[in-house]
Amino acid sequence: MAKVERKGTLSEERLRTFLREMLLIRRFEEKVEERFRAGELPGFLHVAIGQEAVAVGVCQALDDGDVFASTHRAHGHTLARGTHPNAVMAELYGKLEGCSHGYGGSMHLYDIERGNLGANAVVGGGLPAITGAALAFKLRGEPRVALAFFGDGATNIGTFHESLNLAQLWQVPAVFVCENNHWAESTPAHQQLPIEDLTKRAAAFGMHSITVDGQDVEAVYRAAGRALKHARDGKGPVFLLANTYRLVGHYVGDPQVYRDKEEFRETRETQDPIDHLRDKLGVSEAEFEELDREVHELVEASVEFAKAGTDPKPEDALKNVYA
Amino acid sequence: MPELSYREAVRDALSHAMREDDDVFIMGEDIAEMGGSMGVTAGMLDEFGPDRVRNTPISEMAIVGAGIGAAIQGMRPVVEVMYEDFTTLAMEQIVNQAAKHRSMSGGQLKVPLTIRTQGGAGWSPGAQHAQQLEGWFVHVPGLKVVFASTPTDVRGLLWSAIYDDNPVMFFEHRTLYGIKEEVPDDLEPIPIGKARVHREGEDVTVVATGRLVHEALAAAQEAEGEGVSVEVFDPRTLQPLDEDGLVASVKKTNRCVVAHEAVTRMGFGAEIAAVVQEKAFDWLDAPIERVGAKFAPLPFAPVMEDYVVPDAADVLEAIRRTVARG
Repeated sequence: MAKVERKGTLSEERLRTFLREMLLIRRFEEKVEERFRAGELPGFLHVAIGQEAVAVGVCQALDDGDVFASTHRAHGHTLARGTHPNAVMAELYGKLEGCSHGYGGSMHLYDIERGNLGANAVVGGGLPAITGAALAFKLRGEPRVALAFFGDGATNIGTFHESLNLAQLWQVPAVFVCENNHWAESTPAHQQLPIEDLTKRAAAFGMHSITVDGQDVEAVYRAAGRALKHARDGKGPVFLLANTYRLVGHYVGDPQVYRDKEEFRETRETQDPIDHLRDKLGVSEAEFEELDREVHELVEASVEFAKAGTDPKPEDALKNVYA
Repeated sequence: MPELSYREAVRDALSHAMREDDDVFIMGEDIAEMGGSMGVTAGMLDEFGPDRVRNTPISEMAIVGAGIGAAIQGMRPVVEVMYEDFTTLAMEQIVNQAAKHRSMSGGQLKVPLTIRTQGGAGWSPGAQHAQQLEGWFVHVPGLKVVFASTPTDVRGLLWSAIYDDNPVMFFEHRTLYGIKEEVPDDLEPIPIGKARVHREGEDVTVVATGRLVHEALAAAQEAEGEGVSVEVFDPRTLQPLDEDGLVASVKKTNRCVVAHEAVTRMGFGAEIAAVVQEKAFDWLDAPIERVGAKFAPLPFAPVMEDYVVPDAADVLEAIRRTVARG
């Protein structure tokens, strides 16, 4: 992976790749919302519109062989790690061609081949296994890192504290990425967090932490690269705090009665990571439209792929209970 | 044949696996220098070192969860949860994570994790250090559940649990650690899902687990003096359950008593009774009798504890009741 760019600025070509990835996630999730509202998708969904720069910046910094655990808001992480949109969309339609073969759904996207150890529908549920995977890498002397995504809300739950404590105690190669979007479902930070600076929580374990603007994909990529290097070099785990914004509701269909409308409008206008990168790169209207068209086609094709997918047989439910 | 205590048999299986396989390691509270609160892992730190005999913080979610993570990466961790009561602290990781990764991933993941734990009354530990919770875990698809009652069984079954590709809840009984038995020279794996008939009989089958296997054997001895021939059947693994063996035994004796130390209500015996009536109803000559703890948190005072927890006399009473019917 592109470690040569660690110093100096990232090439424009690389940043354009990031832009494309972020736009793919955005259009994919917009399509998912649309299809969900049309009644085509079972279950319920959480999208991460506004948080694409964290997913792309972090996943682009991972090495082959690294693993990660995701959250209930997992489409972006999964796509950013290279799982094909067809496989993700097919999963949302409950098809055998899905990345979890129809057993998981939106909140349980897995792709072991690409190191995706699973999205988790229990807040904080994936963190202990990341400490354990990192322990395995350390015991085997493998230069791999295990990384967990989670939100600010998860820093209140026991698994967060137990996992960071053990990871730091045993100095395992783990990176804990807090996607701080300032909301635990509908509950704002001031109602659920007694401190503003969440790195204090990592500091309590003596853990190294890095804070980054989660709306700046280049900054996220660099910070994640530093965090991964720190862990990979045997210097211990890292807490990476990415301050970001959820530019949509908690779940698809969430009326967001809890959010101030004016403030929300302003956030949407000023905190879109795709706008930021587009401005930074000076992408022209025509160029952007071209990129958008390309991404849109991929997304449309994923819907067609998913709809044409294979329904599991009912009795397939009893497969995969045991290895 | 060497004589091993139940405690030594557990240690022997762990040590054996760790000598043969670098992917096997153990972690838990106080298991290193102290050798575990029950002394099971005594001496293992010296042989295997601190990387593979890992003392943990008091942190059950992380102990189990870290075991899950290492198992997913292809290692075969054996984690110790000091008391069964403390599995409640790790329930999320056991039930939502370990048990479900394989299914949720559509078969991409396996979790070859063994979770050893122990419990059991009879020494006034009070309400939070003696529960028998094995039945809870049988209710969760994706977990295997083992409860061994003898040194030979605990050795052979632990080996099989370590080499099973699924999460296995491995229950040991506090009061059995000291019992001794001659065991085979070479460790013989015992398949998960195969019951053991400890004593053959003609008149009634007592299906017993853990400590109650020994209580049932004592009761069977008494009953023999009364002219009643008792078969003592130990499932050894609760999930998967050796239904064929169970049904065959009941079809032979036509009477069934289930006996465990866990609370009777919703205990594993209820499931045994259900399976027997589904598959051998026409062979039953009497209602199935249940023996288990009375419905109360375990009290401290020995006289009350003794009242709550079942023993051989309770099994014998149940045998007499079922024989007296029909």
